[in-house]
Amino acid sequence: MSAQTSAPRRRSGLARVPLLVWVFLLVPFAIELFWVFWPAANSFSLSLTRWDGITPAEPIGLQNFRDLAADPIFLTALRNNVIWVFGFGGLSVVGGLVLAVTLNKPGPLVGLYRSAIYLPMVVSLAVSGLFWRVMYAPDGPINGTLGLLGLESLERQWLADPAVALGAVLIAAVWRQVGYIMVLYLAGLKGTDPTLEEAAAVDGASAWQRFWRIVMPQLRGVNTVVFAVTVIDSLRTFDIVWAMTRGGPYNETQLLSTYMFQQAFTTGNLGYASAIAVVIFALAIGFIITYLARQARTED
Amino acid sequence: MSALATPVAVGTGTGARRRPRPARSPWLHVTMIPVTLLWLSPIVFVLFVAVRSYDDIAGRGLGAFPASFSTEGFATALTEGGVLLALGNSVVVTAFAVFASLALSSVAAYALSRFAIPGRRTILLTMLAGNLLPPQILLVPVASITEAIGIADTRTALVVVQVGFGIGFYTFVLHGFMRSLPTEVFEAARLDGAGPGGIFWRIVLPLSRPSLAALAALATTWIFNDLIWAMTVLRTESKFPITAALLNLQGGYASAWNVVAAGSLIAAVPTAIVFFMFQKQFVSGLLVGANK
Repeated sequence: MSAQTSAPRRRSGLARVPLLVWVFLLVPFAIELFWVFWPAANSFSLSLTRWDGITPAEPIGLQNFRDLAADPIFLTALRNNVIWVFGFGGLSVVGGLVLAVTLNKPGPLVGLYRSAIYLPMVVSLAVSGLFWRVMYAPDGPINGTLGLLGLESLERQWLADPAVALGAVLIAAVWRQVGYIMVLYLAGLKGTDPTLEEAAAVDGASAWQRFWRIVMPQLRGVNTVVFAVTVIDSLRTFDIVWAMTRGGPYNETQLLSTYMFQQAFTTGNLGYASAIAVVIFALAIGFIITYLARQARTED
Repeated sequence: MSALATPVAVGTGTGARRRPRPARSPWLHVTMIPVTLLWLSPIVFVLFVAVRSYDDIAGRGLGAFPASFSTEGFATALTEGGVLLALGNSVVVTAFAVFASLALSSVAAYALSRFAIPGRRTILLTMLAGNLLPPQILLVPVASITEAIGIADTRTALVVVQVGFGIGFYTFVLHGFMRSLPTEVFEAARLDGAGPGGIFWRIVLPLSRPSLAALAALATTWIFNDLIWAMTVLRTESKFPITAALLNLQGGYASAWNVVAAGSLIAAVPTAIVFFMFQKQFVSGLLVGANK
């Protein structure tokens, strides 16, 4: 904990540390160490074992990772996760940004529009999944609407058709995420300087140019946060897929998180599941550091 | 993008002049009204399905407009479907977890923001980092820890896990707020003879109410909406919170769409109430970490 034993700097407003304050800090910190950092460290060592949770774990070195490289379901999950990062991330960022710019200035009904867009956020991911199961049901509203529009050829079993299932789940996830991104960008836009944009308008810059040359550069900070949050969220995505398809049909909507959960708690391959978790961690850590670095700078 | 077509006539040098309000083009509403309706359509359709009778859905299809009004979906979901029980579990777990998380993280934030703790920046960022880890890397060991200490398959375990995973983030946010409190208040209290505990209780906590409210709104929705921790820690159905119970409901009542729809709506109500009551706090909570 107190690795740096260099002389504590005297800073104005910071008192010496009484015992009670150490308790204040160390109790929560110890709880987090015990429930987060210790388990995380354990996952790394478990990933080097074969373990069913009953008999003692058997160390097998890197065999789990070699098996992963040859596991077609893992490779599907990895591919789907890449698609997910770009599809889920891309659509919700573009959607959220467009909506934020559109709804930035107050006006009649604007508050209503904003509330409608971020209302899905209060619905849990699991429940969102159930909502969209209703939408995608074979005789549900989406197929019904397509039928009404004379587009019967587009009707399908959205969640049972391997070709479209992942996209169908992705749309549901984007529906819930866009509001969050919009809120972040609305706050970012509030921090931009409107006089710069007006000056550019006077100089004859088009709305498009003003957006890319004047507004976007001022949103750099928000962009970093949105980018990191989106990727971290993409790699964590579990609930909505589990609620909608459980990774099916034929593992076509499997993400790393769902496959990991299945291996751990359905199949009982705890070592193998830990290896998948380590892969998820390895993919996420760069973005976690990006986010932390930004937070560290704002802490200064 | 909105029409920014504004006849701008700003005298560049005159600071006194307010900038003119841009004239709104009707295109904003022409695009936003359909978008809004489309956005709300899943919620509206689920509501339609939930209030239809089973026979109506079976006879006329799920996509049809309601031709019946019935609360049988809600009644079945709440009683036989076990939604009421699950809702109770969720409320209890959420209440304890939110309270414990905020209590622990506010004392930690107070210690980190107001005292010369060596390496406090590192501690703070480490705590935040813990919250950013993908939960997958914790699931298997957390499940075995709950077994090892004898709290496997209990709601207590779920509360403890939620607290452990959440406090890093809440501490970080509260630290940012407490650090901005004016030093003079603390000096004054110290001169009056208040100790660190008294200062926390009588000064820091009351002043931190706005950020505690924002975090409470956010934490409530997070913990109430959680699925993965519940599925990792709990095995017995009667202890499931609403999210996990709904997935079971959906398996058990696969063809009774009105029951599933009613159950999902019931699950969405508590967080929706929190959202509408604390909309401002909720949004400001979301913005935490994105501030410049």
